[in-house]
Order: sequence, then C-alpha cells, then structure tokens
Amino acid sequence: MNHAGFIIAVYGITFGVIVGLAIYTIRQGRNLSRTVADKDKPWT
Amino acid sequence: MSTEAQTFKGVGTPATRMYGLMAIVALGWVLLGGLIFTPEDAVQGDAVRIMYVHVPTAWIAYLAFIVTGVASACWMIGRKHSLGFDRVAGASAEVGVVFMAMTLLSGSLWGRITWGTFWVWDPRLTTTAFMFVTYIGYLAVRGLGGTAQQRARRSSVIALLAVLEIPLVHFSVVMWRSLHQRATVLSPDGDIKMDGLMLFTLLFGVFGFSVLFAWLVSHRQRIMAMQDARQTSALDVAVAERLKEAQA
Repeated sequence: MNHAGFIIAVYGITFGVIVGLAIYTIRQGRNLSRTVADKDKPWT
Repeated sequence: MSTEAQTFKGVGTPATRMYGLMAIVALGWVLLGGLIFTPEDAVQGDAVRIMYVHVPTAWIAYLAFIVTGVASACWMIGRKHSLGFDRVAGASAEVGVVFMAMTLLSGSLWGRITWGTFWVWDPRLTTTAFMFVTYIGYLAVRGLGGTAQQRARRSSVIALLAVLEIPLVHFSVVMWRSLHQRATVLSPDGDIKMDGLMLFTLLFGVFGFSVLFAWLVSHRQRIMAMQDARQTSALDVAVAERLKEAQA
C-alpha cells in the first residue's frame, strides 16, 4: 500500500478518537448516574 | 438489614444500545473495507482510502451543527423554552467539534499526499477552520456561569448565527477557486463516477457515523441533564442553608 503511514495514521486517529470519546461518555454517564436521583433521569 | 447492592440507572437505553451495535458493525466494515477490500483509485491510488473516513466525519460535523442550529431555534421559538432542546444543541455541538477536528486532521494528511502540503489557505480549508473555531467559541460560551436558562439564551443566539457558516463552507469550492475537489456524490448532475464497492463503503460509512452521532448525542444530552439536575439541587441546598442562617 502506498502512503501506508499517512493512511494508517488517519484511521488510527479517527477510530482512536471515536473509541476514546465513547469510553469517556459511558464513564461520565455512569459516574454521574450514581449521584443523581432516578427522578432526574426521565429516560429511565 | 438489607444487604442488597445499590442499583442505579445509567444513560443507556435499549434504543441507544441498538444504535451502538449498529455503529460498531458499520464502522467495522469501514475499517475493513476502507483499508483492505476496496480497490485503489485510478488517479489517487491508495490515498483514496482516506476518503472513507474523511467524508463521513465532515458530513457528521455538518449534521451536528445543523442539529445545534435547529435545536437552538426550537428552544427560542418554544413557549416553554424547554432545556431539552438546549441540551441537544450543546451535545450536538460537542460531537460536531470533535468530528470537525478529525475532518481537518484527516484532510491535512490527505492533502500532504495529494497536494504536497499539510495546509494551504484555500477557501474550503479556511472556511472549515473558521467554522471549527466558531463552534469552539460556542462551547466556551456554554461553559460560562449562570443558570441553565441563561446558558440556553446566550448559546442559542450564537448557534443560529454560526449555522450560517455551513453553506459558506459547502459552497466555498464553487464560489471561489479552490484546490479542494468539488462534491463527487452530491454533484448537481447526479452522475456519480465511482466504483460500486467504493460507493457502498462510503455510503455505509456515512450511515455508520450517523448512527454513532445519534448514540453520542443521546448519551451526552443525558449527561448534561444530570449535570443540570445536580447544579439545581446544589443551588437548592445552598438557598436552604442561607435561609436557615437568616432565621437563626
């Protein structure tokens, strides 16, 4: 594959950021859920 | 005495779990199809593989900022000024900024291969960078102090002005002379000159990133709802304490 370094860097950055953001979001949601009453979570 | 473990309800629901699963499947295909199964481009060679992530991330950034604008308009027009709209606007802008950053990075690396440089002050690149900075400003304004309604009022005005940049960015390649290529899939004549598997991978990528966007916005706006609830309860406690002090 030509320019493999650039192409793999693009995929690595994109998918790395997506996975990182998803994990951060899930963790933040779980941590906040412990401190907020269920009545303040209308989606549950 | 009960020894039951304390249970709590998080931000996930069956619907968001389904979005998440669909996103994983679609993005898995983008990874495999984009890197391995799709053919080289006749002109660009392997560099075209960057398109399968660059175009969908740009699409999601546009979509996110449009959602921010629409949700802000709904907050402004609605009689109840529901904070749900404001949270969707904020969550969507957060996701949009992340995807815009990825678009700029992937575009920069693609530009290094095809143009020989990471950056040029080309109309498309410049307007995109301007839009990116605008939405960082939008998020900064959301982070200023005040009540949730004050935050919604301030940020909705900015969102409605900022959304006007989207047509400027999209049509910059038509209005000015630009190094950046014009629309391939959304070309006005409807003639798509692309191999079938390449087009499928690109469109499936757009679908996968769109589902991911829905998942992220759903979760992030719920996180904002919990943050607002915490802020409100902390404020209630502080007011009650001051009243108690005054009465003592």
